[in-house]
Amino acid sequence: MEERLIYLDNNATTKIDERVLEAMMPYFKQEYANPSSMYNFSKKSSNAIKEARGKVKDFLNAKDEKEIIFTSCGSESANTAIRGFLNYNDKTKKHIITSAVEHPCVLNVYRNLEKQGYKVDYIGVNSNGEINLEELKDKVKQDTALVSIMWANNETGILNPIEKISDIVKTKNPDTKLFVDGVQAAGKVPIDVQSANVDMLGISGHKFHAPKGIGALYINSKTMITPLIIGGHQERGKRAGTENTPYIVGIGKAAELACDNLQYEMTEVKRLRDKLESGIVKSIYNARVNTGAAQRVPNTTNIGFEYIEGELILLHLSDLGICASSGSACTSGSLEPSHVLRAMNVPFTAIHGSIRWSLSRFTTESEIDYVLEKLPQVIESIAKISPYQKELAQLKSLRA
Amino acid sequence: MWDYSEKVMDHYRNPRNVGSIEDADAVGLAGSLTCGDQLKIYLKIKDNIVTDAKFQTFGCGSAVASSSILTEMIIGKTVDEVRKITNKDIADELGGLPPEKMHCSVMGYEALEDALKNYKKDGYVDLDELNNVNNPQSDENKIICTCFQVTKKVIIDAIKNNNLKTVDEITNYTKAGGACGRCRGDIQKVIDEYYQNIKPEVKELTPTQWILKVNNIIETQISPELVKDGGDIELVDIKDKKVYVKLHGMCSGCKNSTMTLKLFVETTLKNALGDDIEVIEVN
Repeated sequence: MEERLIYLDNNATTKIDERVLEAMMPYFKQEYANPSSMYNFSKKSSNAIKEARGKVKDFLNAKDEKEIIFTSCGSESANTAIRGFLNYNDKTKKHIITSAVEHPCVLNVYRNLEKQGYKVDYIGVNSNGEINLEELKDKVKQDTALVSIMWANNETGILNPIEKISDIVKTKNPDTKLFVDGVQAAGKVPIDVQSANVDMLGISGHKFHAPKGIGALYINSKTMITPLIIGGHQERGKRAGTENTPYIVGIGKAAELACDNLQYEMTEVKRLRDKLESGIVKSIYNARVNTGAAQRVPNTTNIGFEYIEGELILLHLSDLGICASSGSACTSGSLEPSHVLRAMNVPFTAIHGSIRWSLSRFTTESEIDYVLEKLPQVIESIAKISPYQKELAQLKSLRA
Repeated sequence: MWDYSEKVMDHYRNPRNVGSIEDADAVGLAGSLTCGDQLKIYLKIKDNIVTDAKFQTFGCGSAVASSSILTEMIIGKTVDEVRKITNKDIADELGGLPPEKMHCSVMGYEALEDALKNYKKDGYVDLDELNNVNNPQSDENKIICTCFQVTKKVIIDAIKNNNLKTVDEITNYTKAGGACGRCRGDIQKVIDEYYQNIKPEVKELTPTQWILKVNNIIETQISPELVKDGGDIELVDIKDKKVYVKLHGMCSGCKNSTMTLKLFVETTLKNALGDDIEVIEVN
């Protein structure tokens, strides 16, 4: 087996940037003071948190630092926003709108709320993964408390037109709040919560080169929540618990670096992604891009390999040191393939063989070349054992 | 990442007997494209012996490994021997499979069963049997899980061959109930019906078989659980329905040991062998 590691699963998690780790280190060592304490020793910690909050504020272009709270992860951000807002809100408003392709950390919160008496509408997507805006418009009613749409999809990278969505929602009902799961957009496309007119937006540090275990939530000054974690006064009473100083410093530094690298992501990372995608489609006859021509984040491509199964592709790639992920049923331990690809009506011939490739600013050209060199053999060896030889031969002659 | 055995990895990396047999004497199919895995198996049979076997699989690593090892297991065996192979044999031969992947071994078993269903040495096809197989109205062919098209027979076979007790186990082995979950109640009914209908077979065993059977349950079901808690159990003697055991390590001298014995050891043995089992601790 090869020692090589080619990491193309950056939508799952990312490598910590060395500069992030470096910024965090003093707060693991000498600067261990509780930032809420009264003595001078705690000054450095509390200032570091203030600085980090400022960096996240700039990253999302929030109006005020007070609108940023730190959490432990993307799931906590989503839970705090959704449940925190609904718990505070007028309880007679029982209607929520979300999309069928949200991340489980959001989707399962709504499934849970349905059991508590909320009515949830799940807006569908077209075959490119784009949300049906007409359907959304139609569903917003007087009792719609919350609309919840992700900025970018984790499996396909599809970008939702958040500004337009906000416009549609607020025009029909100015009291309806908009929560955006921004986890997969952060660091890949510009996020501007003010111009997009978003009420709440969650992000997760480890998706943009901070460590795991830190997230942030933007809540604009006009939106109130009941905290999920009750205790001390931290995070302006919105999230109790002693501040996780080193990790907060980490997400702050990662946010700063993400701002600096955004242009690179949108040009160079995109170029490598496009090279990978077109290279695969060109050299492998049973490959299809699952997202068509829809707007996407620059780092992601989701490609279905027809008549073969995704886990087996991943296992063979893993032997070559290549890391990617799959929407196949087998990889997750669940028995059903990706709910996102099913909502898009990706044909069953391709859904189980769908592979998500997600790059980062650390991905190199030679890594992409290596994948393009090795992948055709991998696909060929798996196709060889498929019972669908006739169908594969047909595809081959069709593409030739 | 799945915790696959070395053997599973070897078989998905280097699958044996891949392909089809043009003039096969029996062909079996299990699974479907929609469900995410499918296996087609081809057999060449001469003088009641499987002389060649080939497979084609659409599926994950453990599905390919199950198919590949199955072909190795059956080549050279008589048809009667092959008929006795269960999914558990396939999984055991692979050095075990993760619980969520047991359905891959079941798929191997189903494909084999499908291949041999209509195969008769003399070409004679039992019309009644065929009719039964193709008759969706028959109780055995009733679809329990509509999402994955799992019949009652498949569920009962899985229970029988693997000693399954819960709906979650049935899902791991057959996929039934793993999608919308609406059939979970029906699966429970199949489990209940199965265990109501079977009688403990204890009396038909010879004394040696009986001892082996008790020992097997202690080794596979009881000892691993106790080892997890830092203890172990040793079988000392068996006198008819009385089972004498010794406890080691963390368990011995532990105040809870009597409770452990009564509740866990006895319940496990009773579940497997009948309610008249008595467990006695010796020092």
